[in-house]
Amino acid sequence: MKPAASSHWSNRDFPVAARELLEDSQIRGNVRHATNVIQAKRDAVTGELPDWQQLRDAGEAIRAHSLAHLDFYLEQFARACTQAGGQVHWARDAAEANQIILGLIQRHSVTEVLKIKTMTSEEVGLNPYLEANGIRAHETDLAELIIQLGKDKPSHFVVPALHKNRMQVREIFQREMHLPELGERPEDLAAAARSYLREKFFRLKVAVSGANFLIAENGAVCIVESEGNGRMCLTLPDVLISLVGIEKVLPRFRDLEVFLQTLPRSATGERMNPYNSIWTGVRQGDGPKEFHVVLLDNRRSPILGDAESRQTLQCIRCAACLNACPVYHQTGGHAYESVYAGPIGAILTPQLHSMEEGRSLPYASSLCGACYEVCPVKINIPEVLIHLRGKIVEEDQKTLRGQLGIWNLGMAAAAMLFASASRLSMAQRLGQIAQKIFVNRDGMIEHLPFPLSGWTQTRDLKPLPKQSFRQWWAERTSPDAASLGDSDRAGQAAGRGGSDGQ
Amino acid sequence: MDSSFSARSEVLRSIRSALGERMEAESIAVQYEELPRGYKRAGALSQEDRLQLFLRRLEEYGAGVKRIARDGIREEIGGKLAARGCGRLVIPYDLPAAWLPLGFEFTPYGGEDKLSPLLGATELDGMDGVLTGCTVAVAETGSIVLQSGPRQGSRVLTLAPDYHLCVVFAEQVVETVPESFAVLNSTSCLPTTFFSGPSATADIEMTRIKGVHGPRFLDVLVVE
Ligand code: SF4
Repeated sequence: MKPAASSHWSNRDFPVAARELLEDSQIRGNVRHATNVIQAKRDAVTGELPDWQQLRDAGEAIRAHSLAHLDFYLEQFARACTQAGGQVHWARDAAEANQIILGLIQRHSVTEVLKIKTMTSEEVGLNPYLEANGIRAHETDLAELIIQLGKDKPSHFVVPALHKNRMQVREIFQREMHLPELGERPEDLAAAARSYLREKFFRLKVAVSGANFLIAENGAVCIVESEGNGRMCLTLPDVLISLVGIEKVLPRFRDLEVFLQTLPRSATGERMNPYNSIWTGVRQGDGPKEFHVVLLDNRRSPILGDAESRQTLQCIRCAACLNACPVYHQTGGHAYESVYAGPIGAILTPQLHSMEEGRSLPYASSLCGACYEVCPVKINIPEVLIHLRGKIVEEDQKTLRGQLGIWNLGMAAAAMLFASASRLSMAQRLGQIAQKIFVNRDGMIEHLPFPLSGWTQTRDLKPLPKQSFRQWWAERTSPDAASLGDSDRAGQAAGRGGSDGQ
Repeated sequence: MDSSFSARSEVLRSIRSALGERMEAESIAVQYEELPRGYKRAGALSQEDRLQLFLRRLEEYGAGVKRIARDGIREEIGGKLAARGCGRLVIPYDLPAAWLPLGFEFTPYGGEDKLSPLLGATELDGMDGVLTGCTVAVAETGSIVLQSGPRQGSRVLTLAPDYHLCVVFAEQVVETVPESFAVLNSTSCLPTTFFSGPSATADIEMTRIKGVHGPRFLDVLVVE
């Protein structure tokens, strides 16, 4: 059963799409600026918490526990939500979710609805489906509005329009909102969005949202946001429909005390985002009169069966792994050609397609491990990447093309290495020696042997630092370590920003 | 509905077959209690340091803050409203009358007795501002939490008007996020809103811009 809509946009391979985007220096500049800013803020506000690692441990444990008992917690959620006056729907796949939502909207005979940013609706292709059925969905998140009016695709799931700078945003707003005089200051652009949307908030009767968390014990739903567009959509319309992946459930209300610390700090580098809303069913005289939750499977449940990649579903979509990823830094989100970009997208997208699409994505990584280090729920993305590569190779071995592929050897070796930290550091030391063959007179690597040649086609590579991150860290944490403020050195040692001599 | 019933059982069946052997509810509860929670629960700051941290965080978000004495609430509210040029305000129906200074127009909202006029969202949008209390506040993150409880009203009240004046009592300010959840836990089914500063976006070139759809101006009075 193939889903009607696809979270993977095309069948082009990552290297093909990436090469195109690498040529667009405007996009690269915008992406690099935005990710650098978020990352610096994220580092500061996570670094100030002495219990940051304990929060990550708790977050990982709670999410893993929720997934291990997902059937139990989902049923508990559905019962509690129904008891509180909500209506719970189950959707096996994207097509079913779209049909349910369309049916609910049509019941109220409206042709326009409000939308709060939700990646899950991108995944099922809700907007185009509604459009085809005569219903216009108005995106209300500033970045989503920029994307929608600019007829673009999101490239990041916390800041979907981060590939656009203010001049580009102004152009879109001038054209689409008929505001020829509009200024270019971010304040002007935000004010334009405010007045464009305000009338819609007060007029439209149906809103569609996603959710960050579902709470099993009391049937509550939690949405984390900045602008207040979420609050508008959750409070003003008569009907609210929330489309939520089945993996988003947490056992108890108090579990939010962990995620409302780790999510904002990881996602936008703030101690707390401006607004969090938590509500349960419907409440007379406060908010919508009708509330629906659509629980979406869409090939999530089979992922639970793979012990090594189940952790993929722990994700709370903070996008910290995108901001930390040297590959994402270079290419931006569009190269992944899927709704979920970056390191998490590289492992989630192919699995959401039963490994039939996005097969080049698990290779879109240098396995540097930066994603794992920042992940607030400790998903070991490099481990899952290797595991998925192994799966692809296994399947390919059944074909002639695959039998000839060098990945067969390389990946088996890599999986062995990542399975053990000491083997990894030994290999890094070997690599530091072996690479000398490829380093040119300027100290850069221009060509690597296949299969790494794909990487060096679009960039010169800095050699592996003389010191690996692990080695550097070990030294840094020893009592006589040098000053810690040397971020340049930290960046190099961590292997970040490899090619552009940052 | 038949198809929705079969979707439900099919999804649950698929989850169960992927997960393998299932556990009893009691064992799941035991496992839950054993999850590691080594993070900081209780704060360690003195009341004075906690209040200072709270005010500093709010200022960083661009809110106006002032510490005031218990017997000066009415006067200080009058001062803030005058400084902001706000004449017409909406208030939760159960806000203490003793808080309300003379010379301003206060319209009560909500309540079971239906004595208060029912304002629509558009009328609320037309008010100069809203004046409320709160349930709890978090110093470490500069957050104030509203529930549809006493002195707070329903959610739309603090959303549509462009200015929010919030009265927080010093004893309502806790240090950490987990401490705030200990307070909220018993009323967790009420609509709950955390707000940390005025509404803001960083969607354009990662610049934090104050004021998008929620109230663009926020003042907080901390009563000791
Ligand atoms: S994988 Fe981890 S770091 Fe990446 S988006 Fe998910 S939670 Fe955040």
